[in-house]
Amino acid sequence: MTLVSVEGLSVSFPSAGGPPVRAVEDLSFALAPGGALGIVGESGSGKSTAAYALLGLHRGTGARVAGTVRVAGHDVTAADEAELRTVRGGVAAMVFQDPLSSLDPYQAVGDQIAEVYRVHHRGASRRAARERAVEVLDRVGIPDAARRARSRPHEFSGGQRQRALIAMAVACEPRLLVADEPTTALDVTVQAQILGLLRELREETGMGLVLVTHDLGVAAGNVDELLVMRGGRAVESGPVREVLRAPREPYTRDLLAAVPRVEVRREPSPSSSSLPSSPSVSAEGPALIEATGLRQEFGRGRRSVTAVDGVSLTLRAGETVGVVGESGSGKTTLGRMLVRLLRPSGGELRYRGREIGTLGERELRSFRSELQMVFQDPVSSLNPRRSVGESIADPLRAAGRTSEKEIVARVRDLLERVGLDPDAYHRYPHEFSGGQRQRVGIARALAPSPKVVVCDEPVSALDVTTQAQVVALLGELQRELGLALVFIAHDLAVVRQVSDRVVVMRGGRVLEHGPADAVYERPEHPYTRGLLEAVPRVG
Amino acid sequence: MTSLLTAPARPAGAEAGAAAPASAARRVLRRLRARKAALAAAAVLALLVLLALAAPLLAALEGQDPTTYHDGLVDSARGGVPVGPFGGIDAEHWLGVEPGTGRDLFVRLLYGARVSLAVAAGATLVQVVVGVAVGLAAALGNRLADSVLSHLTDVMVALPLLVFAIAVTAVAPADLPRPLLLVVVIGLIAWGAMARLVRAQALSLLKLDYVSAARLTGASTWRIARRELLPGLAAPVITYAAVMLPQNMLNEASMSFLGVGIKPPTPSWGQMLSSATTWFRADPLYVVLPALMLFVTTFAFTVLGDTVRAALDPREESRLRVGRERRKGGSS
Amino acid sequence: MIPYVARRLLGVVAVLLVLSVVVYATFYLAPGDPARLACGPKCDPEQVRQVRAQLGLDEPVYVQYWHFLTGVVTGHDYSTGTGVRHCDAPCLGLSFQNDQSVTGLIAQRLPATASLAAGAMVLWLVIGIGSGLLSVLRRGGATERVLTWITLAGTATPVFISGIGLLMLFCAYLEWLPFPTYVPLTDDPEQWAWNLLLPCLALALLESAKYARLTRSSLLETLAEDHVRTFRAYGVGERAIVGRHALRGALAPVIALTAADFGSMFGNAMLTETMFGLPGVGQLLVHATQTIDLPVVVGLVMVTGAAVAIANIVADVLYAVADRRVALR
Repeated sequence: MTLVSVEGLSVSFPSAGGPPVRAVEDLSFALAPGGALGIVGESGSGKSTAAYALLGLHRGTGARVAGTVRVAGHDVTAADEAELRTVRGGVAAMVFQDPLSSLDPYQAVGDQIAEVYRVHHRGASRRAARERAVEVLDRVGIPDAARRARSRPHEFSGGQRQRALIAMAVACEPRLLVADEPTTALDVTVQAQILGLLRELREETGMGLVLVTHDLGVAAGNVDELLVMRGGRAVESGPVREVLRAPREPYTRDLLAAVPRVEVRREPSPSSSSLPSSPSVSAEGPALIEATGLRQEFGRGRRSVTAVDGVSLTLRAGETVGVVGESGSGKTTLGRMLVRLLRPSGGELRYRGREIGTLGERELRSFRSELQMVFQDPVSSLNPRRSVGESIADPLRAAGRTSEKEIVARVRDLLERVGLDPDAYHRYPHEFSGGQRQRVGIARALAPSPKVVVCDEPVSALDVTTQAQVVALLGELQRELGLALVFIAHDLAVVRQVSDRVVVMRGGRVLEHGPADAVYERPEHPYTRGLLEAVPRVG
Repeated sequence: MTSLLTAPARPAGAEAGAAAPASAARRVLRRLRARKAALAAAAVLALLVLLALAAPLLAALEGQDPTTYHDGLVDSARGGVPVGPFGGIDAEHWLGVEPGTGRDLFVRLLYGARVSLAVAAGATLVQVVVGVAVGLAAALGNRLADSVLSHLTDVMVALPLLVFAIAVTAVAPADLPRPLLLVVVIGLIAWGAMARLVRAQALSLLKLDYVSAARLTGASTWRIARRELLPGLAAPVITYAAVMLPQNMLNEASMSFLGVGIKPPTPSWGQMLSSATTWFRADPLYVVLPALMLFVTTFAFTVLGDTVRAALDPREESRLRVGRERRKGGSS
Repeated sequence: MIPYVARRLLGVVAVLLVLSVVVYATFYLAPGDPARLACGPKCDPEQVRQVRAQLGLDEPVYVQYWHFLTGVVTGHDYSTGTGVRHCDAPCLGLSFQNDQSVTGLIAQRLPATASLAAGAMVLWLVIGIGSGLLSVLRRGGATERVLTWITLAGTATPVFISGIGLLMLFCAYLEWLPFPTYVPLTDDPEQWAWNLLLPCLALALLESAKYARLTRSSLLETLAEDHVRTFRAYGVGERAIVGRHALRGALAPVIALTAADFGSMFGNAMLTETMFGLPGVGQLLVHATQTIDLPVVVGLVMVTGAAVAIANIVADVLYAVADRRVALR
């Protein structure tokens, strides 16, 4: 007998003024009791939609669901309201992506777990339910569970909130746990802890797991079976080792090839030996940016927070410095200070020998074109109401030197250079995909011919194949134009693939810095070692 | 079960970004057209504006004017009730006459429409201009400017409009035309909410990366405000103005009702209602007509404002999309 | 909490000081001659001059303002021509019309307004939140559509239209209720309630429409949040979800509106008083405005300003209690 059997599942959503969007089409899979299945795919692959169908969560949303979904003997697509309610939580429990918004902000965490427990144990008294809540909170590793059960979600850290959600799932002793990107919003070290907890709980209770993730590394270490999805359909499925070692389908192969590997050295660029900007030479290049003891404080008085606390950094022409750190490490703040979007509260910031940390907006104007930035969010980094051509032309117009004709020609060149259609000038951001918009952002940064480009998480919002393309583009452009790059990211593997030197930050300070391979292969600081160990690996 | 379960909707559409500009106006119009109520409301308002504009023409057609007394048409023995059925409706006076004075009701209602519409539109315009200016200045200015303007805004929001407006009319120069006075008084007192909205909206836009990108081009504050902020503010400002307009109409009517707004002989619906309260037993039509006009107008404006709000509400379309894409990784 | 409230109260004092300066500047520097009005149409210039001196209007504005300020704190002696009248703190000055203390005039009128406002508030919170909740629980059905239209119409109906409507229906046509007159609560509670029923209802109808719409939209917004999805995914029933997880978050903005709206409620209460002839502060203000009785006008603006400011503090505290995520600073 199988725990989950899905046959011919199709889910489509009605869309205003168009044909319905087919999110999942003709999908079939099965899971044995106690087994673990990973559903992986890029955005739009339909992986979450498929997972939601396991609990009948599409009911009442206007979505059309066809095919059969059976979970532990319950026909989810045909079940009535009452049966569905017993399935949800009691038979199959779900853990969501964003642990902060997934809990009621107004109620104590323990009460929320107790409430759900009583839905599935009608006879249980309030007191018994509360005791059960404390018990499961303790089980998932919340210290001092009896007291913490009375706290509200905002008093928990991100990782603890996700533990609490898992505790809610465990409380009802379900036979299946459906986890939708359970660690995507978490830092890599916390991710490792949560994944470890899930493994332990499975061993202990024998419950099955359906793990939905975009991260092949996360899937690799935590499931037995793998289902690769693309465009709503299954591409390939099988035992996880086999799929990852010997993928049969070209798409799976591409996907695997695109995954950045933290254990692999940066590929030497094809022409690096012949160009003066190769890592070995660039270390001798002139220093463009010299930061000494840079500080940034937000707020005043007792409530002030020091985001960056005495960071020193040198950036030479033609080199890439990677900055890695978890959330709250101050890496983004540092990046914004380097291009002077923020004024440092202390320390020195020199650009080509000239102190720019204290300059006013007016005096900065002559430096603006040389210090540019590529932003993280492909949605908010382009003005939705202006065509991409205008956005790219902005810095050229602001310089005010060239004629309109020259500007248009230059924008077309730039669009072509970043791999877009030069005729895209008059199109608007919403007509582009995330990766394309990021290319537009790069073109805009390059427009004024900068010397330094700070890239703040430039690929973290992108799918892994797009990520690889954008990273490759940045590398090419750097070599071609001799740019100095600062590459800020939380993803250690991506940083290794692009950086000559790496800076590891935590709590606003630099813990370790050095040549990339040295830091990754012989980390000196225990924190760096912990970070590297926590990175999930595909191979 | 329910229509609100937020299962991941429209996964394939997740790539399309926030509200699109070129097609946005068209999409809003399409959504407005899709609502019959909005169409009906717009038609009613168009008719009203037309009637108001054509008031002198229609008055000439009827052969009456808004200020002439007709003592013969009211029964002074019965306290001034109009002679004849239904408040004295006849071929000369299409909607009857005013009790007590015998002035023509049809023409007075039409001229009242002119006053109501003009004051409401004018006051809204003043509120929008002041609100946008103060809100933008607070958002873009330094800490001191923001603090001062925000506190001022707080005071203006807290100020009881009617109380203060009435008080101001007490000392206003007597030779100032009353409609103009009301436009200025209502407009200059009730801009706080608009300023607050603009400041909040501008601050959230300022946090977006495209504004940072504009700063990196070396653009001046003014240029950023004009090119990056104002277009993004248009939708919420229009929406809110559409909500304020009927409220301003009611403000004028309220003040005229209290006898501190439009002064006779200039007709105004609120003022007519005020004198009608003493006549509602003897001449119900005299109450019903201005009440109906005022209600229909404000209701039509409210319906229209509400549909504009719904049609422009970016949350209706993009809340899920934007929210999902912002997160790291991105799920389907 | 207590330091917060103390700080906010200090803020109110500052705001009221600013307000008083603005009000004084507006009213006492404006053209128009209150002395001539107070004196009456038959006064000759000499009499007007006497009245002006008597009212203290011949002094510079800042001196008058200083008298006003000190009067609020310590009381002030005003000359009435025939003698000196002491006005106890908090003194808001003497009426130009009849030399009565403004504080006393307002205090005398306050019970009627307070009765009206309190009664209406209870009605509109019950009707408003109730129908908002109902339209969410019955969403998608005819009940929701009907309620949506009724509340939309409600927001477009000024109190003097709903008031006349109610009067015509209950007093003139059905003759179920007497034409309301104000009977103080202390005289006869039953008559007080009966007479206030119509005015309260008229005022409440308008406000409850606003609250119904807000409750509805705010509830719908909360129901779309992720945490509601969690409880759906754990088999929690719809009513428990609305009652236990959505309503609390949804009511926070309703509380905020109650305060933000206090000012406009004042205005509507004034209209209602005029409409039904209740002897409240609204009537006082309208009368004072028509006779340019500046001390009364200024006093009323200050008192309503203070009431609104304090209502805002109360609402902020309630909001923070309802939504613990909001820190009071």
